[in-house]
Amino acid sequence: MSLDKNLLSKLAVGDKHGEDSPYFDGWKAYDNNPFHPEHNPQGVIQMGLAENQLCSDLIKDWIKANPHASICTAEGIDGFSDIAVFQDYHGLKQFRQAIAAFMERARGGRVRFEEERVVMSGGATGANETLMFCLADRGDAFLVPTPYYAAFDRDLSWRTGVRIIPVECNSSNNFQVTKQALESAYLNAQETGIKIKGLILANPSNPLGTSLGRETLQTLMDFINDKQIHLVCDEIYAATVFAEPGFISVAEMIQEMDHVNRDLIHIVYSLSKDMGLPGFRVGVVYSYNDAVVTCARRMSSFGLVSSQTQSFLAAMLSDQSFVDNFLKEVSKRVAKRHLIFTEGLKEMGVSCLRSNAGLFVLMDLRQMLRDQTFESEMALWRIIIDKVKINISPGSSFHCSEPGWFRVCFANMDEDTLQTALQRMKSFVLRHRENKKKRKSFQENLKLSFSSKMYDEHVRSPRLLSPHSPLVRT
Amino acid sequence: MDLLSRKATCNSHGQDSSYFLGWEEYEKNPYDVVKNPHGIIQMGLAENQLCFDILESWLIQNPDAASFKRDGQSIFRELALFQDYHGLSYFKNALADFMSENRQNRVSFDSNNLVLTAGATSANETLMFCLANPGDAFLLPTPYYPGFDRDLKWRTGVEIVPIQCSSSNGFRITELALEEAYEQAKKLNLNVKGILITNPSNPLGTTTTQTELNILFEFISKNKNIHLVSDEIYSGTAFSSSEFISVMEILKNNHLENTDVFNRVHIVYSLSKDLGLPGFRVGAIYSNDKDVISAATKMSSFGLVSSQTQYLLSSLLSDKKFTKKYLRENQSRLKNRQRMLVTGLEAIGIGCLKSNAGLFCWVDMRHLLSSKTFEAEMELWKKIVYEVKLNISPGSSCHCEEPGWFRVCFANMSEETLKLALKRLKNFVDNGILTRSCQVGQSLKSSRKKTTMTTVSNWVFRLSFHDRDAEER
Repeated sequence: MSLDKNLLSKLAVGDKHGEDSPYFDGWKAYDNNPFHPEHNPQGVIQMGLAENQLCSDLIKDWIKANPHASICTAEGIDGFSDIAVFQDYHGLKQFRQAIAAFMERARGGRVRFEEERVVMSGGATGANETLMFCLADRGDAFLVPTPYYAAFDRDLSWRTGVRIIPVECNSSNNFQVTKQALESAYLNAQETGIKIKGLILANPSNPLGTSLGRETLQTLMDFINDKQIHLVCDEIYAATVFAEPGFISVAEMIQEMDHVNRDLIHIVYSLSKDMGLPGFRVGVVYSYNDAVVTCARRMSSFGLVSSQTQSFLAAMLSDQSFVDNFLKEVSKRVAKRHLIFTEGLKEMGVSCLRSNAGLFVLMDLRQMLRDQTFESEMALWRIIIDKVKINISPGSSFHCSEPGWFRVCFANMDEDTLQTALQRMKSFVLRHRENKKKRKSFQENLKLSFSSKMYDEHVRSPRLLSPHSPLVRT
Repeated sequence: MDLLSRKATCNSHGQDSSYFLGWEEYEKNPYDVVKNPHGIIQMGLAENQLCFDILESWLIQNPDAASFKRDGQSIFRELALFQDYHGLSYFKNALADFMSENRQNRVSFDSNNLVLTAGATSANETLMFCLANPGDAFLLPTPYYPGFDRDLKWRTGVEIVPIQCSSSNGFRITELALEEAYEQAKKLNLNVKGILITNPSNPLGTTTTQTELNILFEFISKNKNIHLVSDEIYSGTAFSSSEFISVMEILKNNHLENTDVFNRVHIVYSLSKDLGLPGFRVGAIYSNDKDVISAATKMSSFGLVSSQTQYLLSSLLSDKKFTKKYLRENQSRLKNRQRMLVTGLEAIGIGCLKSNAGLFCWVDMRHLLSSKTFEAEMELWKKIVYEVKLNISPGSSCHCEEPGWFRVCFANMSEETLKLALKRLKNFVDNGILTRSCQVGQSLKSSRKKTTMTTVSNWVFRLSFHDRDAEER
């Protein structure tokens, strides 16, 4: 028996949680038939999940060597009761210090973070939502460059009522956000009476896998400062940067750009990607605005980090030699995976957006679309899931303005599985090319065997090819 | 230009209330038996610190649970990556069983109807987001937990309309009070979406009676668009399990499984009070309505329970020997501690509401007020915080309708500290009487006469209270 829908809130019965989007459909296909090298070698390979599984061995080794870090071992039990009752929303001081230090090391020590500004949240998911609650009222809007992380729709808008105004970016300049695009989006919003409270973006970007260059960052900061609106930088992929121009954090830019109002600058961070610990739910709101720190801290009551986890991480992240080695390895291992995967794709003539960070690449399959429409993108995606048995994420789920781009993750599996995925892609790509050639030559032969009059009459008429012909279906 | 949201600049987070101010004073000058013996004793924090020894000994005997191991094998990676908002199934199963055990298995809980959240704080807020729209209202019996103003209202835009309960009948919910609250909401043009009770009650320390539950269930049977949320976070603190009646039991005993009422009753739970683990942020929503479960599950993304913690607790709660022993010991120790506070207060001429649960007593200090006003309550509270150096919670911070009641916690300190707190309070009351007696013209300087004087003062004091009372009536 289920309730009359009017008995629940609009939030509960609506679909603004966004989980009906195709981004999640692929997950469902994977859940129903997950790949396993021995138990289910024909299953769907999960390449839609941006997880970092490359460095867990380093953490495991540290845990073994440091039993005192757990409050539940014989070595650490003395701390148990104090930690178990600790629910102060300021968080454990050692934890905040360790997080601030980790964030500094991940930026090469080029910036300083104050531990009093480190505010906890339920993962970056919680951090992003909290910042929206702090910075905007229901009906206000934030600008977000496309393509953007699919779950922003839920995290930024769902319960907050804040609107997302997309700022379109195009492949013509590798999806870089331009001043013109920002100004244009801002103006349009103003004209329709929408109040823009800020700009939010991920740097490094998900799904692009690129980090922002100095010039672009300057443009962004000048833009928000000019309009006196907020800038939220989700730097969750900071440590995954492996090539030029390296990672330039907004924290660094603030140091250089004195004229920018610091009250407008906020950083979101998390250990889910850089450290591969999404299960531990460690999110951080770091704001240069005192009032936002206070408000976000109060709101953190709704998503504090388990004190058991805080205590463990405080110990691990205070170990500077561990941290420095870890950060070095993350970057190295991500680079290696990136190379294997992009080279593998290149060999079969598939290119990706040039990237220097992230746990994924944005694959360019525009050539494989029947036509440059999102319907074709969806059709191609369905084939890749159902026939090629790889779950990848279609660009439309990231609000990409152009069809044909797909985000493919490469860090959430072992190398053998990655090779299997490449094999499957290769077979599919070659087959697709063959079919395309056949289709083209069939059409050309058709052209030659008819007299020009009949060609005019018949070829242009859709009745020539039976609608049920396998050549019509992509 | 308004740089921040209204939520950021208003104060409906409620943290300017005295409940939190008392905490602040404590933070500045915290009691420590060695380092700061004259500091403020924290009696405003409803924590359960009585059974850590049992927890700690279990942990030492079960090293795998804490070190990311199962049967000696490392499952670190599995846990580190686990962020599924459905939660670890073996943890939810263990939690559902624990909840049943807490109710002496008179009812059983299905883990598929459980949603894990970051503490009861998050569970309550999430339920509001699921059941009510901004501007809707929930009815709450007063006095209630001060944190509800933040948890239920702040970011959700939901309003609270009080069901006024009074000391005349032990603060029980009456049909009349409920109807009046409902009418009041209508007058304020608020759409009532539900009733929320805390059972056992904070701050009263009493379990909700069968009579009260009957009133509530009749009300929601009649008004088919109203939900009942029962925050049963203190369920394991009932001194006797048989005295605690969960809303789940009413559903079962009244055979409501196939009625629409079944889908409109929801429970909030947490391990913060029963197990004394508030730092671990383990909360849960339990509902028989699949749409509520579905929406709440999605919302739990904003506050999931750390997988590291889920794993540890799944091992702990699956150990039935442990849970049986723990529940029994916990109840017994809490009961003894409460007894200590109650008798200690009685000896000073201070009464409490008769309680059978919780980590605190609802203390009657009306006779110590200079007048029957909330100003006088604040005056008394400030004296107790700054002069007696005890942080207790004034009834006004719990939205009590009558001045003079205070919530005093007893389970977050050692026995010695509790004794010291009682001693300080006794000195204060005695001196207070001495001062009053001076005003009446008696000289009380000799310390030899002190004991006799105390007895006399008690008599004098009681007399004057009654006089005052009569005058005001």
